[in-house]
Amino acid sequence: MMAPIVGIDLGTTNSLVAYMDGGSPRVIFGKHDQPNVPSIVGLTDNGLMVGEPAKEHLVRDPLRTIYSVKRFMGKSLADVSDELNYFPYTLREKGGVIRIQIGEKTYSPPQISAMILKELKLRAAAHLGQDVTKVVITVPAYFNDGQRQATKDAGLIAGLEVLRIINEPTAASLAYGLERQTQGVVAVYDLGGGTFDISLLRLKDGIFEVLATNGHTHLGGDDWDRRLVESVVKDVNAKHGLKVDDCPELMQTVRLESERVKIQLSDEDKTHMSIPLPDGKGTYTREWSREELESLTLDLVQHTLAPCRSALQDAGLHAHEVDEVVLVGGSTRMPLVRRLVEELFGQTPHCELNPEEVVALGAAVQAGILAGDNKDMLLLDVTPLSLGIETMGGVMSALIRRNTTIPTSAKEMFTTYADGQTSVDVHILQGERELVQDNRSLARFQFKVPPLPAGVPRIEVTFLIDANGILNVTAADIRTGESQSVQVKPSHGLTDDEVESMIRDSFQFAVEDIKARQVIEARTEAEAIITATEKALKRGTDLIAPEEAQSIHAAIEDLRAVTHQDDHRVLRGKIADVEKVTHHLAEVLMDATLKEALENKKLSEVTD
Amino acid sequence: MARSMCWHCQSEMSGEYFCGRCVKVQPLSKELDYFTCMNLPRLLHVDEQALERTFYALSRTFHPDYFATKDESQQRISLGNTALLNAAYRMLKDPIQRAEYLIRLEAGSAKDIRTSPPADLFDEILELQDDLEEFRALSAEDSSARRQTLQEKLEASRRSLEARKADVESRLFDQFDKWDVLHAQTHDDPATQAAKDAVLKTMQALLSNRTYVTNVVNDLVAAVGERTGSGRT
Repeated sequence: MMAPIVGIDLGTTNSLVAYMDGGSPRVIFGKHDQPNVPSIVGLTDNGLMVGEPAKEHLVRDPLRTIYSVKRFMGKSLADVSDELNYFPYTLREKGGVIRIQIGEKTYSPPQISAMILKELKLRAAAHLGQDVTKVVITVPAYFNDGQRQATKDAGLIAGLEVLRIINEPTAASLAYGLERQTQGVVAVYDLGGGTFDISLLRLKDGIFEVLATNGHTHLGGDDWDRRLVESVVKDVNAKHGLKVDDCPELMQTVRLESERVKIQLSDEDKTHMSIPLPDGKGTYTREWSREELESLTLDLVQHTLAPCRSALQDAGLHAHEVDEVVLVGGSTRMPLVRRLVEELFGQTPHCELNPEEVVALGAAVQAGILAGDNKDMLLLDVTPLSLGIETMGGVMSALIRRNTTIPTSAKEMFTTYADGQTSVDVHILQGERELVQDNRSLARFQFKVPPLPAGVPRIEVTFLIDANGILNVTAADIRTGESQSVQVKPSHGLTDDEVESMIRDSFQFAVEDIKARQVIEARTEAEAIITATEKALKRGTDLIAPEEAQSIHAAIEDLRAVTHQDDHRVLRGKIADVEKVTHHLAEVLMDATLKEALENKKLSEVTD
Repeated sequence: MARSMCWHCQSEMSGEYFCGRCVKVQPLSKELDYFTCMNLPRLLHVDEQALERTFYALSRTFHPDYFATKDESQQRISLGNTALLNAAYRMLKDPIQRAEYLIRLEAGSAKDIRTSPPADLFDEILELQDDLEEFRALSAEDSSARRQTLQEKLEASRRSLEARKADVESRLFDQFDKWDVLHAQTHDDPATQAAKDAVLKTMQALLSNRTYVTNVVNDLVAAVGERTGSGRT
């Protein structure tokens, strides 16, 4: 049997992997039956943690736990300067690429993404019972060349063969098309954790032709959370005399609680927020109504409407000519989003397929097409941004217009301006503005020319955007017919050498052995529980009998004694012992101070 | 199509896009013009349904998605063929681009479409450029009567230029009819050839005017704003 190709949705907040099970796409669930892997990576002293355990680790060790790394893909530090405050970890830059500093080491965003990809690869391999090396990875439709290349690099670093980079909204349309046999014009409105896309497609006889796409690569659920966080931080600082910004652990608790409240308010009109504060400052509680959330974030939803209108205009369509509207991405669960989309298109949007899973399902459908198992469907996608080169006077000259069907190529003839000139420099850009400085610098390259009088050399350069939406450059000397090598230096991307060395480095983190992973997770949890229990003991000494305190101390020491063992079952056993013996203390503490707020929480969570 | 040998097995080509013997995909000739690529005669009125059908069928033949598991050479050919196919479809789908392409094809690249103002509009457009410059210099908060007057004048110009554009296009489409009739004639005598050249020349002038007027309208829309709302342009 041929090696399976899986589809991966590498999301800002959550990632998923899916495959074709017979003729239907299916998301692969984790061992606790959860469909998603949180896109969070913990680089602890004990080793690497990815997904759910890393998410739990986040509030304990925010300086070494990385989330929302997708926002940094293909970006420089200057690109994200206005949101640096939201991230607890330290960001640096090298070669135009963001680097995340953890202790002494730095990691590029593709390296962190590669860790998430490996986790998904392991999940898929475990489920399918065979190694998985070939993948389709989705990206936001509005991702530029650099962001796509960074995603492809992440795949390489993870040891994967990325057969195709496919756009998230179009992937979703494949899943819907398969499910509903839709025909006609479809608008896919995709609001995820960090990005927004709108794509308009014509579906006809199995051909999915993208007419236009638009979007915003820095607008998503994260921004909704931030609005809540800002409001809460202000409130806590004022009411409890704290400086939340200086306390990364508390900041993460606030962020996660804000996210939870936001999600809750999609289903309910009101919800309760409660955040335990450090230093015996009690608990912050607050009632939230959906109305409040909506008034805090209305402008964010409105931000998505202008790209929708631009896409309609580019496709030469009126809103009422759209036959179906499809909602994709967890953020489209918000009633306000649905209402405004419905108003814009004048129809009730479809959301039959789980908006969190539909992109991964579509990636699996595309994997089936690439494998040759599906000859009925074909996706014809477009490039989201115009591509051009810098010309005299700092002006961009467009070679390939936005919304051109890919693959596509453009040729440009170059010559020399001075006698004996031996090389020509070209600056490649992406964007819709007239001036070079207002567009995105993609790369620079140089090619050699034979020393001849000015204007005599004739070098034809071909700019080809492939089916992944990634640029390839080749050059040929027209006079000799010889092809030229072109050294392309990305403006905000890793060099080939860097990717090579990161592939080698990645073996250092190859915690593919299930046992090793379990040990790392158990050990990290043990350490957290020891810290938490000791804190709780200090606070609760007067509330319990001395014998009880004694036995808790003993249990802690027992656990501490085994933290260096390599058998996770021993660790788990001792962790359970500590939890059992501290059960009463937790109850007492809750009764005493936090009863109302902390129902159903474990001691370790209470005292963090 | 003048193609003789399969790049792979060197046998004489029998199939159209695939070698009849080794079934490898063949590269489309670089000299292939877009009309031939799309199986269309060199006419300016195009059966859009047929064009779309051919585009979809050839996409199913060449698209890289169907070559993902094939060898590197075939992948490269698939990529090149699809890029050519996409360019052909884009060019022929739009009547204006189609006409520009036909002129290049028939009259050579020396006859590139330049932008030139319609002769009778020359003075009017000069005045309009002055108004536009003055209007841009005034801030949006300015509520003076002068700004109001300029705005109304510019909006009137926009409407009249849009009408002019429609007029140019309708004259252009008349030439489409003429071309198609001439092209259908089987005898390519000197008189027919001269008539064809005349049509090409007229179209070229109309296209130059159209490009110019379109640019001015775009400038006006950028400065004064569009009053018609979103949607088709």
